[in-house]
Amino acid sequence: MSVLVQEKPAVTEQRRIVNDFNINVATANGSGSQTSNSLLIRSLFKMGIPVTGKNLFPSNIQGLPTWYNIRLSKDGYLARREAVEVMICMNAPTVAEDMASVAPNGIILYDDALPIAAKRADVQYYAMPVKNLVKAADLPFALKDYVANMVYVGVAAYLLEIEMDEIRAAVEWNFKGKPKPIAMNWNMIEAAYNWAVENLANEQPYRVARLSGFNEGKVLIDGNTAAGIGALYGGVTFVSWYPITPSSSLADAITAYAPDLRKDPETGKATYAIIQAEDELAAIGMVLGAGWSGARSMTATSGPGISLMSEFGGMSYFAEIPAVIWDIQRMGPSTGLPTRTSQGDVLAAYYLGHGDTKHVVLFPSTPKECFEMAGTAFDLAERLQTLVFVLSDLDLGMNLWISDEFDYPDAPFDRGKVLTAADLRDRGGKWGRYVDEDGDGITYRTLPGTDHPLAAYFTRGTGHNEYAGYSERSEDWEKNLFRLARKFETARTLVPKPVIDDVEEARIAIISMGSNDPAIQEARDRMRKAGVETSYLRLRALPISQTVRDYIASYDEVYVIENNFDGQLHKILLTETPEYATRLVSIAKCDGMPLSARFITESILKKQGK
Amino acid sequence: MSTVTQQARAAAAARAPKTNAIGLEKTDYRGRDSTLCKGCGHDSISARIINAVWELGLDQSQVIKLSGIGCSSKTPAYFLGHSHGFNSLHGRMPSVATGALTANRKLIAIGVSGDGDTASIGLGQFKHAVRRNLPLVYIIENNGVYGLTKGQFSATSDKGQFLKYAGVNNLPSLDICIEALVANATFVARSFAGDAKQVEALLKAAVSHRGIAVLDIISPCVTFNNHDTSNKSYGWGKANQISIHELNFVPKYEEIEVDDYDDEREVQLHDGSWIVLKKLENDYDPTNKMLAYQTLENARRENKFLTGLFYINDNEPSMTELLEMVDQPLSHLSDSQIRPTRESLRQIMADL
Repeated sequence: MSVLVQEKPAVTEQRRIVNDFNINVATANGSGSQTSNSLLIRSLFKMGIPVTGKNLFPSNIQGLPTWYNIRLSKDGYLARREAVEVMICMNAPTVAEDMASVAPNGIILYDDALPIAAKRADVQYYAMPVKNLVKAADLPFALKDYVANMVYVGVAAYLLEIEMDEIRAAVEWNFKGKPKPIAMNWNMIEAAYNWAVENLANEQPYRVARLSGFNEGKVLIDGNTAAGIGALYGGVTFVSWYPITPSSSLADAITAYAPDLRKDPETGKATYAIIQAEDELAAIGMVLGAGWSGARSMTATSGPGISLMSEFGGMSYFAEIPAVIWDIQRMGPSTGLPTRTSQGDVLAAYYLGHGDTKHVVLFPSTPKECFEMAGTAFDLAERLQTLVFVLSDLDLGMNLWISDEFDYPDAPFDRGKVLTAADLRDRGGKWGRYVDEDGDGITYRTLPGTDHPLAAYFTRGTGHNEYAGYSERSEDWEKNLFRLARKFETARTLVPKPVIDDVEEARIAIISMGSNDPAIQEARDRMRKAGVETSYLRLRALPISQTVRDYIASYDEVYVIENNFDGQLHKILLTETPEYATRLVSIAKCDGMPLSARFITESILKKQGK
Repeated sequence: MSTVTQQARAAAAARAPKTNAIGLEKTDYRGRDSTLCKGCGHDSISARIINAVWELGLDQSQVIKLSGIGCSSKTPAYFLGHSHGFNSLHGRMPSVATGALTANRKLIAIGVSGDGDTASIGLGQFKHAVRRNLPLVYIIENNGVYGLTKGQFSATSDKGQFLKYAGVNNLPSLDICIEALVANATFVARSFAGDAKQVEALLKAAVSHRGIAVLDIISPCVTFNNHDTSNKSYGWGKANQISIHELNFVPKYEEIEVDDYDDEREVQLHDGSWIVLKKLENDYDPTNKMLAYQTLENARRENKFLTGLFYINDNEPSMTELLEMVDQPLSHLSDSQIRPTRESLRQIMADL
């Protein structure tokens, strides 16, 4: 397979490897490397090169090792790839293992102050005089460490031939046009570049070159920012949240964009409210209170947060109150690894709460889908009068992705079945909060403050009859649960449909969701080259629709691929389609890293006996 | 219903006109029949709420009533039958009220909680709602015992108190008024469920208050904690209650009449109404926070049952004011008000 060759490029004197390798930058957390890495990836993106960045950072503010992995792929593959061809070493404690990790024929750029024991014969080394270059730059003492990381940007730009104009543009963009930091950082990059021109013989094979046909009409953005912007265009009016990695940047994005986007033009006052709660219990309590009052209401959290939100999750389901939770998944169980990705909350989200509880769950795959599903989640929550989860993860939420530009949402918001005072007058005041008038399980509600003497009803998590009165009668209880089950069947028809690629010759099929998509796309190409055709269903929501059932029914083997240990989506599909249990095969991995095409390819081919 | 409550109701009915400012009778403000024990202090408080809201002439459709879990939290079903009600989770009423009031800032909110709901499981949410100065009438129906689970200690149970199954409580109690003050409460009062006049005056002032109004109302549990040795019993309350002042409330639409200026002190509330405090033995100043601390701490040490308005500060903005929201409730904004323009999205995409 030619793709495998790319992972261990054989270098000949003349052969260059263009736009098809991995750069890994090893630094210390809190040293400002986030800025230098974002300059690298942004300038590559602007050169038209398909590129992804994966930030592997510790749960720490300063000092622990952090890595930034940039994959360049001329073929447009955006998944994680394990091999590293270009290593940039800036961190003493990890330098030995970082250097050891480089693929044969790779190159290593390193700070010349780092302790280097023995050099490998199969890689090329480029020492960077970081200390001297910084010293010559005559910087304010406090900023020296931050600007030092600009040295590798300049040296890499020379060796890899990254366009300096694009780096300059990235610096200006990053510092939002502020002259002082722009000058300071740019001068350092330029000094390092000039030093490299004068002192380094560029005999290594890795190069970048401007491309067209891939990045046009695309943006470089992380999923959390996309979700934050999406919430604002999706009509969010209430946000309550409690800081937790890796979801905080979602709430931060709303806070950052809201003042520009959502001020009343006449008064300058906000058409939204954002409250940082004292904990996740309060955050979700506020979200329910606001949803009950008629707001498009949401919170953003991660695994430990949804554990705390569990009781209110059940209340949203049973008392039928619209609410949206964005769960940016990280490693569990327990505190787990807060800065590593997983898809380990699928079961917890689907069934969150005690008693017989289940929820609608959405799975965005791209920043564009994060943007769109932010609005969809509110529409579904208000239509179905229930909790809607959006399950993103750290990889999608916090890493930069090339995404299609977002389309302006111009469909009217779905505010659901709400009776106004005028509606109540038309009905002569006749209504019941939990009466299933339409047979779809969804009943009518009124909002507090509705100016009609019969608008009021009593919301409770205790047993209730159709008129919201407290009831311990078995018949009332069962009738209510049957209706909620009917509503869940309605939900199946309303949630986002799966994206299906049915390949005629394929005898095996894949089901997956969320941020696994790029790895699956790449793995399918690899398997095709190995003679194995696959069909692919990308699930975008739970509960599953009839389409998903039909898809499973039409294949002998269906691989359910997910980034967790227990195979949680697989378990749900087994439960929902027990008649196909023997066809569903779980491929699950949870090691803190996004799934790679190699893992998926090898897992499926192995199970295929190849 | 106890004789005491019946008499209070009868007296109130005799005093007041048949209809209020918006032409409704008091019975229009009733809820469903109570399912609490006969003689429960909580039912007296429900009656006081009905009377106060009726006398204030509030439109029930603009009032919301919220609660947590417990005996006290059941009571919103028993008053203001034409108001939206929300019986939420144990200790979590403050967060639900925060969301509900933020989504619709025009609503008047009455929250009912108990000592377990507020001082044990809900202490965190209570103090944060206080800290935010949420515009909420926060009533704690405090009986120093878990009633619905049949008699366990709460955080306000007296040290040395004896309960049939729980034995003797050897921990000091939390004082809800002191906890509120520490969290920067802007309205802190204590009363006794058996003191109809004082409870009603405080309720009315609480409704007019700009931010959070904490009303710690000692409300005897007739089933589990009404023996005379308990300082949350009817007998003890009746015998030991000391009002720090006599309270009266004057709505904004009524002229304030000062009979004896030397003996009274008025505090004007945010909506223009007045609370009048008639001096009793000492010259208590409810705007002096240090005095409030001192008074409450002394009463706790001496096991004195002081009631009245300990502290008021109507100058602090409420949470909904601080959020700088549009006047129109967030819940009622149109699509065009809550969706940014097409051009703005084009600009964001271009900037990325």
